[in-house]
Amino acid sequence: MKLYLKIWRQTNADSNGSFQNYEIDEITPDMSFLEMMDVLNEKLIIEGVDPVAFDHDCREGICGSCSLFINGRAHGPDTGITTCQLHMRKFQDGDSIVIEPFRASSFPVIKDLVVDRTSFDRIQHAGGYISINTSGNTQDANTIPIRKEDADNAFDAATCIGCGACVATCKNASAMLFVSAKVSQFSYLPQGQVEAKDRVLNMVKQMDEEGFGNCTNTGACEVECPKGISIKNIARMNKEFLKAKL
Amino acid sequence: MSKLNSKIPKGPLDSKWTNHKGKINLVSPSNKRNIDIIVVGTGLAGASASATLAELGYNVKSFCFQDSPRRAHSIAAQGGINAAKNYQGDGDSTYRLFYDTIKGGDYRSREANVYRLAEVSGNIIDQCVAQGVPFARDYGGLLDNRSFGGVQVSRTFYAKGQTGQQLLLGAYSAMNRQIARGKIKMYSRHEMMDIVIVKGKARGIIARNLVNGEIERHSAHAVVIASGGYGNIFFLSTNAMGSNVSAAWKIHKKGAFFANPCFTQIHPTCIPVSGDYQSKLTLMSESLRNDGRIWVPKEKADAKLIREGKLSPLDIPENKRDYYLERRYPAFGNLVPRDIASRAAKERCDNGYGVNKTGEAVYLDFSHAIIRYGEEKAKVSGLDSSDSKLVLKLGKEIVKQKYGNLFQMYEKIVDENPYEIPMKIYPAVHYTMGGVWVDYNLMTSIPGCFAIGEANFSDHGANRLGASALMQGLADGYFVLPYTIGDYLSNEISTGEISTDLPEFEKSEKEVLEKLKKLLSNKGEKSVDFYHKKLGKIMWNKCGMSRNEKDLKSAIKEIKELREDFHKNVKIPGGLNEFNEQLAKATRVSDFLELGELFAIDALERNESCGGHFREEFQTDDGEAIRDDKKFKFVSAWEYNNDPSNPILHKEDLDYEDIEIKTRSYK
Repeated sequence: MKLYLKIWRQTNADSNGSFQNYEIDEITPDMSFLEMMDVLNEKLIIEGVDPVAFDHDCREGICGSCSLFINGRAHGPDTGITTCQLHMRKFQDGDSIVIEPFRASSFPVIKDLVVDRTSFDRIQHAGGYISINTSGNTQDANTIPIRKEDADNAFDAATCIGCGACVATCKNASAMLFVSAKVSQFSYLPQGQVEAKDRVLNMVKQMDEEGFGNCTNTGACEVECPKGISIKNIARMNKEFLKAKL
Repeated sequence: MSKLNSKIPKGPLDSKWTNHKGKINLVSPSNKRNIDIIVVGTGLAGASASATLAELGYNVKSFCFQDSPRRAHSIAAQGGINAAKNYQGDGDSTYRLFYDTIKGGDYRSREANVYRLAEVSGNIIDQCVAQGVPFARDYGGLLDNRSFGGVQVSRTFYAKGQTGQQLLLGAYSAMNRQIARGKIKMYSRHEMMDIVIVKGKARGIIARNLVNGEIERHSAHAVVIASGGYGNIFFLSTNAMGSNVSAAWKIHKKGAFFANPCFTQIHPTCIPVSGDYQSKLTLMSESLRNDGRIWVPKEKADAKLIREGKLSPLDIPENKRDYYLERRYPAFGNLVPRDIASRAAKERCDNGYGVNKTGEAVYLDFSHAIIRYGEEKAKVSGLDSSDSKLVLKLGKEIVKQKYGNLFQMYEKIVDENPYEIPMKIYPAVHYTMGGVWVDYNLMTSIPGCFAIGEANFSDHGANRLGASALMQGLADGYFVLPYTIGDYLSNEISTGEISTDLPEFEKSEKEVLEKLKKLLSNKGEKSVDFYHKKLGKIMWNKCGMSRNEKDLKSAIKEIKELREDFHKNVKIPGGLNEFNEQLAKATRVSDFLELGELFAIDALERNESCGGHFREEFQTDDGEAIRDDKKFKFVSAWEYNNDPSNPILHKEDLDYEDIEIKTRSYK
C-alpha cells in the first residue's frame, strides 16, 4: 500500500506546530498502525530527519500510552480498540491519513504527537483510592460477599485505561467519563462506601481545577472509548455527587 | 570461599519467615521520617513497595520511564494470581503451593524464599479485595478461581483476562494515596541512568528527565530496583516496547551480581509472527488452556495443505488430529507447564506439522469447550440440549464471558474469528526468571541496593508457573521488602540527609553525560532498531527454546561483534537536552548488547537441561530434559569484571531441606 500522511509536528510545548506531509510505501495490511509509524520513522532516521514522536508502550491495548487522533477520530476508524490495535487493513491503497495529537488544554503537547496527561494522575491523587493500609492485617477476602452483578459492574468501570480518548473526543474536553469510571467502580463495592462522599467531591473539584470542560451528554466519549466504558457511569457519578452535596 | 551469603534464617522451613520478622532490626517511626528511599519502576513490585514504604513513614521517590506509573507493563498480565487460600476445598495449602512452585521451577529456586512467597500469598488477596480490586466472583458473592499450568488445584484468582491491570491499578491507587499525603514524590518520564555508590553503599541514582533531557542527581539511604525483566533482549517478545534491563544492568556493572541470566520463559500461547516489520508479540493468556485444546494434524500432508491454504482446520476430522500434549502428558494434558508446552509445539513444527504460512503455528481449539458449556447451560436453563445450533449459541456466550477480551484481541490482530476457526498460536519470549542476585532480605550484593519482582532471580528457578509473577511482585512489594529493608536501614538512622554534591555523584553524572554525548556524536548510518533486531535474531536462533554448545559459542562471538559495530555505526538523530526517544532507546539497546553475551555464556556454562533452559546435548530419547543435580544444583551468580566478556562466576548451592528432589514429570 502507498499512503499519504499528514502529521502534526511540534518541537516542544512552547513552539507553534504545523502539519507536515510524508509519503510512505510498502505498507502491508497486517501491519499495525504503529508499525506503519515505525516504518516511517526508520526511513526518516536514515534520511537524517527527526523522527515523529508518539507515545506507545505495551502495543496490546492495555497500558493506555498510545493516543493519536487519526482522520478526526480518537484511536482511528475502528471501535473498541486503541491505536496500537488498529491495523492497516482498515485503510486502502492511496489513502490520505491525517494524524494529530489528542488535543485539550489540559493535555499540553510535549512534542509532535506526545501529550502531557498528568492531569489525569492528579485527579486520581485527589481521591481515586480506598484509604486502607497496605502492609497487611486486613480481614479475609471472603468475609464480605459481593453480589456478582455488583462485582461485574465495578470491574467494567475499572477497565478504564486512562488514555484520554474521551477528553480528546468531547467538544468540551470533558473528563467526566474518566473520573466517573473510578467513582463508579468504588460506588459498587462495600469497601468504597466509607469515603464515598469525600471521594466524589475531591475528584470533581480537581477535575475542574485542571481545566476540563463540563459534560453536555452528547455521548461521543462512550463511542470512542476503546474499553467501552458506559456513560451510565457519568449518571452514577452525578448521583454520588448530589448525595454528597445534600 | 564464596562471596555469596544468602542469609537464609535458621530453623524449620515453616517458621523461618515468622522468626526472621520477629528478630529483624526495626526503624522507629520518628526515624523513618528522616530516611529516603528511591524506588525505580512502578509495576506491581515497585508500586506496592513504594506505597507500603511511604505508609510506614519513609520518604519515597519513585521513578518510571512511562508518562504515568499506571502504565508499567504489569498492567498487561492477563490470566491471574495464585494464592493458597483453598477456597475451593480441593486440597490446596501453603505447602502445596510451595511444592508446585519449586517443582515447576525444576529445582533451581531458593527453598526459603519460595516458602515465604507461598506463605504470604493469601494475604495478597485479602489486601487487594480491601483496596477495591474487582476480582471475579461466583453467584454466591464469593471469589472465583481457575486452574493454571503445572498444578492440580484451582488456586488462581482473576479479573477476566485483565488481572494484571486490576492489581496494578490497585497498587497505583495505594501510591496515589501516598502521593496525596506527600510521602511519595513521583518522577514519571524519568529513566535511571546509573547508581551512585558512596563508601560501598548505594546512596542514590543519576536519572534523565525524558521530557527535556536534563540529567538529575537523586540521593537516598537505599535504592530499590523494580524495573522488571529483560525479555526485550529478543527484540520480539510479549514485553512492552520500553521494557528494558538498564537499571538492573547498571547496578550489575557497579557490583550487583546477576543470577541465572539464561533462564528465560518462552510462553507457549502467543499470536504467531506475521512479518519482518513486526514490533512485538501478543500473548494469549494461559487461562485459555483451561478450555482450549492444542493440536496439529496427524498427517504431514494435511499440514502442508493447510499451510498452502488448500485446507481449513475445520476439514480435519477428529481422528486425524494429534492432541499432542494430551498424548504425551496424559496426567496434565493441555495444562503442562509453559516450558514443556512450548518445546512440544516447537518439536511438532520443526517436524513439519506447523499450520500457518511460516510453518510456525499450532491450533488452540475451543470447539469442544463451546459444546460442553452449551449443553450444560441448556440443561440448567431447561432447554433442549440436543439442539446443536442452540448449544453452540449458548456455549459461545459462556466462552465469551470467560475470555471475551482475549478473543476480541485475537480477532483484531489476526482478522479471523476464533469462535469459528481454531486460534493459531506459537511460543514467544514472555518472562525472565533470571535477574539480579538477592539474599533472603532481597538485598543485592551492593549494600543498600535491593531488587524486587521480576528484576530479581529468587523465586521461579528455571521456569515460572502461570499466575506466579503477579504473586511474587506483590509479595515482594507489599509484604517482604518493607520488613527486610528495615534491617539495613536501622544502621542508617544517624546518617542524615545525603548531599548530591558528593564527588561520587559528580563522577557518575559525568560518566553518564559522556556516554550520551558519545552516542550522539556517532556519525553512523544504521538505526538503533537495526541493531536491536539483529541482536534479537541471534538470541532467538541460538539462545532460544533449545540451545547447543556450537550455537552458543557462535552467539557469544556474534553479539560481541554486533556490540562493537553498534558503537561505531549507530545513528541517533536529535540532541541531548530534548525529548529524544531514539537516544533513550540507544542506551537501552547498548545494555542489551552487553547482557546478551553474559546470557549466552551462562547458557554455555550450564551443561544440563532444566526448565526453560534446554540444551540439546542433554535430553532423553523421547526429547525430555535431563537435569544434572550433582553438578548444577546451584544458582549462577555472575560478577562484572571490567568488560562484558570476562564475568566471574560465583555459585550459590541450593539446599532442599523440606522437599525431595525428583525428576520433573507431568506424564
